[in-house]
Amino acid sequence: MNHPTELKYSKSHEWVKFQEDGSALIGLTDYAQDALGDLVFVNLPEAGDEVTAGEAFADVESVKAVSDVFSPVSGTVAEVNEELLDAPERLNEDPYGAWLVRVENITEQEELLDADAYIRFCEEEENG
Amino acid sequence: MGTYLPNTKEEQQAMLREIGHGSFEELFAQIPEEVRLKELHLPKGLSEMETLDEMEAIAGKNHRFRWIFRGAGAYDHYIPAIVGSVTGKEEFLTAYTPYQAEISQGILQSIFEYQTMICELTGMDASNASVYDGATAAAEAAAMCRERKRETVYLSAAANPQVIEVVKTYCYGNGMRVVLVPERGGVTDPEALRELLDETAACFYVQQPNYYGNLEDAEALGRIAHEAGAKYIMGCNPISLAMLQTPGECGADIAVGEGQPLGLGLAFGGPYLGFMAATQKLVRRLPGRIVGETTDRDGKRAYVLTLQAREQHIRREKAGSNICSNQALCALTAAVYLSAMGAEGMWQAASLCVSKAHYLAGALEQAGLSLKYSRPFFHEFVTITNGKTKAILEALERADILGGLPLNENEMLWCATEKSAKAAMDRAAAIVKEVCGA
Amino acid sequence: MKLIFERGCEGQGCTLLPECDVPAVELDVPLRKTPLRLPHVSENELSRHYTEMAGQVHGVNNGFYPLGSCTMKYNPKINEKAAALPGFTGIHPLQPKHTAEGCLEVLERTEQMLCEITGMDAMTMQPAAGAHGEFTGLLLIKAYHDSRGDSRRRKIIVPDSAHGTNPASAAMVGYEVVSVPSGADGCVDLEKLREAVSDETAGLMLTNPNTVGLFDKNILEITSIIHDMGGLNYYDGANLNAVMGIARPGDMGFDVVHLNLHKTFSTPHGGGGPGSGPVGCKEFLRPFLPESPFGRPEHSIGRVKAFHGNFLVVVRALAYLLTLGREGIPEASRNAVLNANYMMEKLKDLYPMAYDETCMHEFVMTLEPLKRETGVSAMDVAKALLDYGIHPPTMYFPLIVHEALMVEPTETESRETLDEVIAVFREIYQKAHDDPQALHEAPVGTYVRRPDEVQAARKPVLRYAFTETEK
Repeated sequence: MNHPTELKYSKSHEWVKFQEDGSALIGLTDYAQDALGDLVFVNLPEAGDEVTAGEAFADVESVKAVSDVFSPVSGTVAEVNEELLDAPERLNEDPYGAWLVRVENITEQEELLDADAYIRFCEEEENG
Repeated sequence: MGTYLPNTKEEQQAMLREIGHGSFEELFAQIPEEVRLKELHLPKGLSEMETLDEMEAIAGKNHRFRWIFRGAGAYDHYIPAIVGSVTGKEEFLTAYTPYQAEISQGILQSIFEYQTMICELTGMDASNASVYDGATAAAEAAAMCRERKRETVYLSAAANPQVIEVVKTYCYGNGMRVVLVPERGGVTDPEALRELLDETAACFYVQQPNYYGNLEDAEALGRIAHEAGAKYIMGCNPISLAMLQTPGECGADIAVGEGQPLGLGLAFGGPYLGFMAATQKLVRRLPGRIVGETTDRDGKRAYVLTLQAREQHIRREKAGSNICSNQALCALTAAVYLSAMGAEGMWQAASLCVSKAHYLAGALEQAGLSLKYSRPFFHEFVTITNGKTKAILEALERADILGGLPLNENEMLWCATEKSAKAAMDRAAAIVKEVCGA
Repeated sequence: MKLIFERGCEGQGCTLLPECDVPAVELDVPLRKTPLRLPHVSENELSRHYTEMAGQVHGVNNGFYPLGSCTMKYNPKINEKAAALPGFTGIHPLQPKHTAEGCLEVLERTEQMLCEITGMDAMTMQPAAGAHGEFTGLLLIKAYHDSRGDSRRRKIIVPDSAHGTNPASAAMVGYEVVSVPSGADGCVDLEKLREAVSDETAGLMLTNPNTVGLFDKNILEITSIIHDMGGLNYYDGANLNAVMGIARPGDMGFDVVHLNLHKTFSTPHGGGGPGSGPVGCKEFLRPFLPESPFGRPEHSIGRVKAFHGNFLVVVRALAYLLTLGREGIPEASRNAVLNANYMMEKLKDLYPMAYDETCMHEFVMTLEPLKRETGVSAMDVAKALLDYGIHPPTMYFPLIVHEALMVEPTETESRETLDEVIAVFREIYQKAHDDPQALHEAPVGTYVRRPDEVQAARKPVLRYAFTETEK
């Protein structure tokens, strides 16, 4: 499984990519998309919505399940990836390209893991 | 007593023994003594012959009118013979919701066809597989329009009172505010609508033709709703849709209606059929089952229940609606009806409705009643009866005619359909004339 | 097979309506501009189309249908005959009362008999289905609390084993759902329940027997815990078929109950509906019931549906009630429970039960060990059953059991059928070990094979796309 080292990871399986302008892209990890199976739809917030670290801001649907996506940071949604509305399969095919939202005015963030720590965390989850 | 148990008493005992139980009692050991029922106070069971006798005797206490000039939400239309023949097929009748697509293609495809026909009738993009009736369809549609800051439902006061009441009940549940938009001269007052709509408006619902049979300026009302940022819901009579501007053409976001006229009997009010269709944008907010086309493992065209993650069994308390069982067999009925009628047959039905209703209205006018409104109407209209409502209805009843619905002692709501024969309408008018002493 | 739109051609059709016998009137209003594209087929073609489709449907009439929690019992023909009587089908819902006394009698007698079976005092026949009944019942609870000015009660307790409709219904009346975990025995965990209740509890929704097929022996204690806190108890009647005439929700401490006439009372399910979901209540809730042809109660919640409910479904249920009567009703439940236990006993050496106890009318197997050993999932087993002409059990429910198959044989299946089905299950188990790939491939003999649901949901095609030339 692929976990790029330049990203940060949450224990609820989202990745965060901090941008130079201080905003952050948020997406689902490879581990998450694999566990969720074929995703068929994503419900995204709107630009301008506030997101709070540790709280759900979107959900993703597979054929037989729906799962919340939690925000690793607090801030304001600057942009949503509307392409995913028509092509949810990108979440499975390219989890690190298929960002869900870009958040700006970040005021707070969860304790995030680096790639190595996240891989260990996933292994523990698997075995637990 | 009647029974549908295949196993004989001996077989039952043998089965009990085989699984290590001495008696039926043991099977129910988990049930605490305190809640065991001592005696069930029901009548003794009946043989099939006795049951039929009894049911026939009960049905015999009803009076089935030879001529029905009453609508108000339930319409007496001709039902083609093919309809009952198809819906009586036991495969359709005795199956559950088509969860197992491989052995439910017939039901799934019939729903897909139904969805297509509803889209065609309404001019909308997508339809669900049905809800309980037209009134609950309106209530579900209102709930679909809720946004964070838009939680008020505006209803035309010229809508069917039962629909208004159902929407109010649903809104008591979900906490949406309900505002009635007054009617003026038998149609929704557009000026009042414009004034009442505010920034909390989630939607505006209008009925076409409305409760009084009058035709609304649906396109203009839709523009007013949209200008205020509200969604526009039209509740339509499906027969009229063959002729009138479609909800799609009027700019509706959601089209709903009572599908009973599409081949379902009057049946004392049910089962009927709530149809619901929406624009592409709102598809994922539609409640209930939706069937979609796909391919199977061998690349063959196949149909499945789809977009299921909207629904209660997956989304639970976050689902937009709790609907599970719908009115599938009634949707099948509508699909067979529409297939049998075809576009020409539907136009013919609509045009017979219009012509006959206008004939009846004219005949009643000549008999001494006056029309309350002077507006275009479809197949219902209101007459002023000068305090004679009761007397008129009694006299008609003696002639085996169900007259219009009394709105009050001074007003009646009449309906004619393709079934209203000229001779019967003439007879009704003659009786009214007699009563009115004109 | 072809869609109805792909059959026939323009000009074909049926002759159904007469010519107009009054002067034709044209409306002076905007008419539809979009052409109406409907099928154009002869009656013969139409009839064959649906016959062909019916051939691709498995109903109770076609074979065993042990769909757990759906009570797919035999649908007696006499019910259909009664519901087709013109004295019922031809009655306008707004006819004067004195001309519809038979219809009112149907409602009244059915209500009385169902009240006796459930131990309730009053009932509304208005709800059209089980979920609709849940919504109605919860509105009664809400109206009751509101009438007492007790409006901070906004929480409804639902066990984690509940049907999805329970939490969805609660949300529709604006209630917050508090989920309580089930205990190791599959029943309500009393300690967890005590922790969950508070003076904000509006009520509890419970299915008993529950969704794992067990009767909760602590039922009186459970309902007391809620009552003591001022909440009300709601009985989800999905599983009433186990206890008709044997134990009554009204005697278990429940205040409101909904029934599913299309499950327990033998009315056909029609491929998804219409059903009927009457709601019964104790005397103190009567003033809140919806309007009925008999009047409008003082504090009525209003209406949940136009007119009087799915009337013809009620007619069928009445025919069933009259036929079975006081002996037949409990006998049906006893045999539903017997058939379930019989199947369970004969399968449990191969298919582990989620809760290995005497069950009620249904039982839940977990195929987790089988999946671990062979890779064959509950889904594979379900699909394999299709090739034997058996409708699979309910899959992957309740959510608290992994790889669940929930089996409800019902009382109208013979021992002969049960033995045949048991043999099939055992054969599939063997196949899972010998040739798991064959089960991944199943079904092979059905009209279509495992349609691609992912494709259907990602790129929804929800209607037929007419070609340019089609009118």
